[in-house]
Amino acid sequence: VTVFLTADPIDVAELLREARPGDGAVCAFIGVVRNESEGRETVAIEYEAYGAMAESEMARIEGSLATRWPHVRVRIRHRVGLLPVGEPSVAIVATAPHRDEAFAACRAAIEEIKKRVPIWKKEIRADGSSEWVDPTRA
Amino acid sequence: MRVTVKLFGAVREAVGEKELSVQLAPGAHVADLRRLLARDHPVFERFGARLAAAVNQETAPEGAPLRDGDEVAYLPPVAGG
Repeated sequence: VTVFLTADPIDVAELLREARPGDGAVCAFIGVVRNESEGRETVAIEYEAYGAMAESEMARIEGSLATRWPHVRVRIRHRVGLLPVGEPSVAIVATAPHRDEAFAACRAAIEEIKKRVPIWKKEIRADGSSEWVDPTRA
Repeated sequence: MRVTVKLFGAVREAVGEKELSVQLAPGAHVADLRRLLARDHPVFERFGARLAAAVNQETAPEGAPLRDGDEVAYLPPVAGG
């Protein structure tokens, strides 16, 4: 059984080794903690997940991508815990015979994760304040 | 009957607990639980419809019935990635 959430650093190299002999394209997206948000300096982000549901939602995403792009294999990992600037929070690796499908599936994976997986993040700012991010508030 | 309530992010912080055990009348629905929680915790009112409910890890409408032992999670707008 795949485990998608990890409290430890994401092993991107392990995901890259998923490529099969017939794959000519390995497309990776790695989301990292940025040093600012809406003009305010960020020093870290705390990620929190509803573990059991986040796992099943990410498994569902991998499954629906496999149906949509049968030749692509997508692997997803998401980190939880307190992450400093520059630290990877999410990694997606899509491997496929050709690049078009690999790019498309990789892009679709991150968009689905942002939409559906029960994970939340709290920005820790340089001025000592902190706030839970709410993407529904512009 | 009794259900376990799981809270996350801003709602967890506002309530001050990540898990609650709540006693409900038999036949209660998700909406009944929300009303009960909102009485003690104004954060439920503040989030309103933006706070989704999941019963046993599946998103559930307010009219969904609850059973003894169910796990009900309140999910603020997700922000993964």
